Amino acid sequence: MKLLTHNVLTSKCIRGVTVGYPLLIKATNVKVSEVEFKPDFVAKVLPKIEWDVLANAAESLGHWQNLPKELPNNYENDTDFLKKIHRVLLEVEVIQGELICPESGRKFPITNGIANMLLNEDEV
Amino acid sequence: MSRPEHLAPPEIFYNEDEAKKYTQNSRIIEIQEQMSERAIELLLLPEDTSCFLLDIGCGSGLSGSVLEEQGHFWIGMDISTAMLDVALEREVEGDLVLSDMGQGCPFRAGAFDGAISISAIQWLCNADKSHHRPVQRLYKFFSTLYACLSRTARAVLQFYPENDEQMELVTSQAMKAGFYGGVVIDYPNSTKAKKFFLVLMTGGNVPLPKGLGTEGDSNGVDYAKRERVKKQRGKPLKSVKNWIQEKKERRRRQGRDVRPDSKYTGRKRSGRF
Ligand SMILES: C[S@@+](CC[C@H](N)C(=O)[O-])C[C@H]1O[C@@H](n2cnc3c(N)ncnc32)[C@H](O)[C@@H]1O
Repeated sequence: MKLLTHNVLTSKCIRGVTVGYPLLIKATNVKVSEVEFKPDFVAKVLPKIEWDVLANAAESLGHWQNLPKELPNNYENDTDFLKKIHRVLLEVEVIQGELICPESGRKFPITNGIANMLLNEDEV
Repeated sequence: MSRPEHLAPPEIFYNEDEAKKYTQNSRIIEIQEQMSERAIELLLLPEDTSCFLLDIGCGSGLSGSVLEEQGHFWIGMDISTAMLDVALEREVEGDLVLSDMGQGCPFRAGAFDGAISISAIQWLCNADKSHHRPVQRLYKFFSTLYACLSRTARAVLQFYPENDEQMELVTSQAMKAGFYGGVVIDYPNSTKAKKFFLVLMTGGNVPLPKGLGTEGDSNGVDYAKRERVKKQRGKPLKSVKNWIQEKKERRRRQGRDVRPDSKYTGRKRSGRF
């Protein structure tokens, strides 16, 4: 699971959960793998990112690289900045671990980098 | 032909064996890729920008690979671990989530610039478990899909409705969830090439384009494309060689590194290695 995915993933499909966001990450295996850098994609997706959620997630995994606490203005042409964000969003990956719903405490396992969001019959 | 949805639930039907067979079959690959291209075309994304897309029932990533090829980044959701494992093996760029679309799309509001689904949502019309209610599952799916799309986004879902009732069932639940749009039918007069694309819009009603291979499909379809379509009429499958060449040409247009064509392009290997 990439941190971009984590940034948009919720547990709101559980009955009774209203927001289900952000999910808490407990990681036991984190990998950084190279992904082709597309500055225009990063610049375009950034306005949709919940910056605090990204910061907390990356920090908890030890991959925040001293990025600023707030999203700076005029980042479109700041290649260094976009590269760092690219790394955080797309290259850092949780391979094993779990996600925890902030409202219900329900745990979702992450195996081989894939978050298992399947719910039981009595949860939907 | 028997429909896989009648044989077993998707997570059982798409087991390790089936996932491998599916992803190695060159005819399947070709058809899935063609339908994915058409779906992306119907998404009407802003030109020359990389978008953030959702692929519903992404399977082993055949549809996702086409999204990648066109420069987009995707998240795929699927209910079959075996299919997702093959996607991992294929080292797709997109990120994968194991989930059941009938339980909803587990994403926050406005996350995606668009969504596609290729050959998956007909599965929602079946009750695979005693507690499944197809109408409710369809509604849950469409309403949560609506929520996770940005306000100008579209969703294009190619599917195989079993009959008119299913088509009606699926479309009515999509509309009830707030979507505008309807079904575009490509090649309606060909039993083999006929394809259904549910085109859903979030931001107001815009007339749907005509299906390919219909009278007057000039509407919104450019000349080159119509020519290509004309050539295909009656023989839905391109030859392997043409297909490879077209694919190379596409990649060249995207400025990618592509091997030059030679007399060996698209030929079978002699097997004398
Ligand atoms: C014919 S495959 C298509 C895969 C991919 N879109 C492609 O074009 O190659 C259909 C996929 O839909 C998935 N599927 C079926 N029912 C589903 C459900 N309820 N939730 C998520 N995925 C589902 C299956 O597991 C399977 O991978």
